[in-house]
Amino acid sequence: METKEASRAPVSQKAHIIENKDFEGKIGGTVSIEINEKKVQVPLGTTILDACRKNNIHIPTLCHHEDLCVAGVCRICVVEVEGMRTLQASCAFPITSPIKIKTSTPMVRKARRHIIDLLLSEHYGECYSCVRNNNCELQKLAKEYGVDSYTFGHVQKSKYPVDNSSFSVIRDIDKCILCKRCVRTCIDLQEVGVLEAVHRGHDTHINTFMEKDLADVVCINCGQCINRCPTGALHANDPSDEIWDAIDNPKKHVVIQTAPSPRAAIGEEFGLGAGHSMTYQLNSALRRIGFNAVFDTNFTADLTIIEEGTELILRLYKAVVEKNPQIKLPQFTSCSPGWVKYLEHFYPEYIDNLSSAKSPQQMFGSLLKTFYAQKRGINPEDIVSVAVMPCSAKKFECNRPEMTDSGYKDVDYGLTTRELAKMIKEAGINLPEMPKEHFDDPFGDASGAGLIFGATGGVMEAAIRTIVEFVLGKKTEDVFEKANVLPVRGFEGIKYVELPLGTEMGPVPEIIKHLVPNWDWLKGVTLKVAVAHGTANAKKIMEDIKAGGKFSECHFIEFMACPGGCIGGGGQPIPTSPEIRKKRAEAIYAEDESLELRKSHENPNVVRIYEEYLTDGPCGHISHKLLHTHYKPRGRYIA
Amino acid sequence: MEEKRKGAVLFSDYERGSAIKKLRDLSREDILFELKESKLKGRGGAGFPTSTKWMLTAAAKSDIKYVVCNADEGEPGTFKDRVLLMEYQALIFDGMVIAGYTIGAKNGIVYLRGEYSYLLDSLETYLMKMREDNLLGKNIAGKEGFDFDISIRLGSGAYVCGEETALIESLEGHRGEARNRPPYPVNTGYLGKPTTVNNVETFASVTHIVMKGGEWFCKHGTDKSTGSKLFSISGDCSRPGVYELPWGTTIQELLDIAGAENTKAVQVGGASGICLPKSQFDRKLAYEDAATGGSIMIFNEERDMIHIMNNFMEFFVEESCGQCTPCRIGNAKLLEGVKMLESGEYTFKYINKLKELGQTMQVASKCGLGQSSSNAFLSILENFKDEIFNVRKGGNHGN
Ligand SMILES: Cc1cc2nc3c(=O)[nH]c(=O)nc-3n(C[C@H](O)[C@H](O)[C@H](O)COP(=O)(O)O)c2cc1C
Ligand code: SF4
Ligand code: SF4
Ligand code: SF4
Ligand code: SF4
Ligand code: FES
Repeated sequence: METKEASRAPVSQKAHIIENKDFEGKIGGTVSIEINEKKVQVPLGTTILDACRKNNIHIPTLCHHEDLCVAGVCRICVVEVEGMRTLQASCAFPITSPIKIKTSTPMVRKARRHIIDLLLSEHYGECYSCVRNNNCELQKLAKEYGVDSYTFGHVQKSKYPVDNSSFSVIRDIDKCILCKRCVRTCIDLQEVGVLEAVHRGHDTHINTFMEKDLADVVCINCGQCINRCPTGALHANDPSDEIWDAIDNPKKHVVIQTAPSPRAAIGEEFGLGAGHSMTYQLNSALRRIGFNAVFDTNFTADLTIIEEGTELILRLYKAVVEKNPQIKLPQFTSCSPGWVKYLEHFYPEYIDNLSSAKSPQQMFGSLLKTFYAQKRGINPEDIVSVAVMPCSAKKFECNRPEMTDSGYKDVDYGLTTRELAKMIKEAGINLPEMPKEHFDDPFGDASGAGLIFGATGGVMEAAIRTIVEFVLGKKTEDVFEKANVLPVRGFEGIKYVELPLGTEMGPVPEIIKHLVPNWDWLKGVTLKVAVAHGTANAKKIMEDIKAGGKFSECHFIEFMACPGGCIGGGGQPIPTSPEIRKKRAEAIYAEDESLELRKSHENPNVVRIYEEYLTDGPCGHISHKLLHTHYKPRGRYIA
Repeated sequence: MEEKRKGAVLFSDYERGSAIKKLRDLSREDILFELKESKLKGRGGAGFPTSTKWMLTAAAKSDIKYVVCNADEGEPGTFKDRVLLMEYQALIFDGMVIAGYTIGAKNGIVYLRGEYSYLLDSLETYLMKMREDNLLGKNIAGKEGFDFDISIRLGSGAYVCGEETALIESLEGHRGEARNRPPYPVNTGYLGKPTTVNNVETFASVTHIVMKGGEWFCKHGTDKSTGSKLFSISGDCSRPGVYELPWGTTIQELLDIAGAENTKAVQVGGASGICLPKSQFDRKLAYEDAATGGSIMIFNEERDMIHIMNNFMEFFVEESCGQCTPCRIGNAKLLEGVKMLESGEYTFKYINKLKELGQTMQVASKCGLGQSSSNAFLSILENFKDEIFNVRKGGNHGN
């Protein structure tokens, strides 16, 4: 990547601080050290923590997180290093010389216990009424170190009010242990930077910019901070009580759509390892809970591909053939609400580059209260529409005032994977044991193209599968083996791909024939696309575009706010790590490959809805009313 | 202009610019050799050998390096750097130029304590004069290719910003919080470049060493603590102020010089130092015995030791940067303990738990602040047991 450094994080909050100048010329070298009197060989620059883990020695951690740079602030991971007066934080100590380490001396154990005691003494909250009960790193440590009383007392009074201003993220700072994972996530991983430690000394706590409510700052609702918080101090705004009420209300017709990423991850909440897809078990579980109909968000993902793809073709046509200077390229994807809000705040001048196509969740929402309501003869007022999403930003998205094109609130509730798992457990259901069932009509089971939206590069791959067939008249399989568009897959932060279209064009397919006469104007054109996940990477691309770099010449760019894409969303099971995200993605790609139907435009229910309902075709009037939207320039400073 | 101070080393005569001019005939190695000979240790409190620090920075591979003068002087009861900044600017700045020459830096930065902003004008004026006289700028003192300049930055007012890595964070415009080490500033310092951070008095000492040699320097002080030291003496005495004394001076000698009578306790090394009772007044002020960055606070028989403890602990509860657990919460717990002692509502068992906590803070905190903040608490508890545990029980709260 030749993009310039864009991070605003302090040097000390970035991982590269570990890179010691002394390593020059020695990269790849190893050093022999002693851990608990056992000699081992480790690569130069390895942290003591990693060295111990590789040798199966457990060291407790709190502020350390695999996705984040070092902090070294909780001090729970301290160890003895021979010859050093003080204990060393193993997560923050790069090994550059043949040291001798002891990981469980009386001094070490006492220090760790003191640290737990100190944290507990200030921890206001009760485990049994906490979202993180049984999945809390502080609770786990207290157990591990046999805490059976409060050595230094225990607070009896709340110190900070709960901030529940946001549709997405709730902050209960009384439970915060100041590990700063959220700060590092927001500032370094996401490059948003709304969270910071404020005040000093004993009054230090995490707060937002200018200590405003989270709803009133530039938070993009990505929830990445939640996923990395070791305690219940950060959690999502949970609508499950309202959903139960709707289910229990016989007048309401409660429908639910499930996105692919929650299905690939929810098994983790039921004790399965990462990478077990629960798509069809979930259908039966949801029916058992009492949902009246269960739909696959992939249906509208397929629809998104048709609408967004058509929009792209129209933009290109207007720019290339009509030479219309108003047309904005590259076109940006708009299905990640965290990314959309990021752009609205930080790059509002690029709002017209965003595809006007709604996200799959919102497309489904407006179709459910129009098309579906009519078809089934249900008063849309009585429909309660729930969306199971990997994402906390989806909660904000469904509450955007413009998302009411059906005449009602298009999607009533965004429910995260974690919250759904809780509902399923509450209903006494063990998900992995449930029978497999299909989705309900009239939308049925969707294509694998919609499915892979869940991983970074997925939207681009789905789009490419359709564009290749639309424009070249060839099977995608003839261009990419097994229709797997490998160049856009994988977890590299930014991917850039060129696709020369050649000179052999196919016929214009029926569905968009009224929009473009032929493909001659694309002859010899090289399609340039890019993919970015995590807003820090998005920022790099945006800065490059601003500077007129290579990304400004792209035609289409996929942006996902969350690292890894939706499978790493802020509503997904905790913990998260590169390894876990990789496994979830593998589950999704495997499911895609197992399907017959793997291209959006081949989804028969999509074809049918254009015949029956969206009769003036993709990007036509009806689709514009229901499936497209507009955005709001917000800027960095909010009054 | 105040009357000229007199002293054996630091306050000895020095003609401005003369050490810089001497660089024409000295190599970096010559200077490192003299420094090593002198056995000079940092005067900021930690006492790290200056020659080692400079050697490491000189050896670090980088085109850009920095010399930083730590003029944050935030340790309670310390005001000796202020005297140097007001009256001995030549010693400090010439020392910084020597550092630049030795480690290969072109930029020097003075991190000046916010409260000393009134000194800014006179320091800037002095730097201008140095530039006019070619003691700063390009080809300094006629030495081809030797470029160096100094800028002054005002501190943010937090005590922890005197800690060298927090100082660097603050210079970079961030919240003043200590960094993890390793890596050390000598490799990864200001803006990620090799940086030597030294105390004001350290630079001043270097200047004299370059003029008069390491051997001369060693003639003063003790074997392990060479040269002399500026002591900031405050508290219950008739002649408070800044004194230059050789290392090895005993506490009693110092009390006599300051005109202290009826002394009950001496806090050596500021809030983060230790509190000594009369029985230990024969101890030497030296790195190997009672070490100090210069602060000496004198308390006479009238003083209440719990009250003193309370003041120190309140200071740390506020001044901790709040980053790490042992220091952020530990200090608050110790302060709670002091309040318990004050009210007489305590158990020995709990106070012993707090002592253990204080020991954990010394080894598990991230930076020197937390590592030393329990010193006063622990040493007062240890050295003034009788007063603390007996007086309270009788309900006599002193004054
Ligand atoms: C909390 C804290 C405050 C400090 N304050 C100062 C200070 O005000 N001035 C200073 O020179 N060193 C201070 N130090 C020591 C510095 O970290 C550092 O050791 C010193 O500047 C190095 O210079 P020297 O080697 O010349 O002593 C402080 C250290 C700590 C832990
Ligand atoms: S955050 Fe953890 S320790 Fe605290 S109440 Fe919740 S589960 Fe318990
Ligand atoms: S939700 Fe995202 S943007 Fe908002 S505070 Fe958390 S990490 Fe930052
Ligand atoms: S809110 Fe959570 S992640 Fe953030 S500092 Fe507190 S405990 Fe850590
Ligand atoms: S010891 Fe205190 S001052 Fe130092 S890093 Fe920890 S909290 Fe901050
Ligand atoms: S895990 Fe190492 S200091 Fe927190």
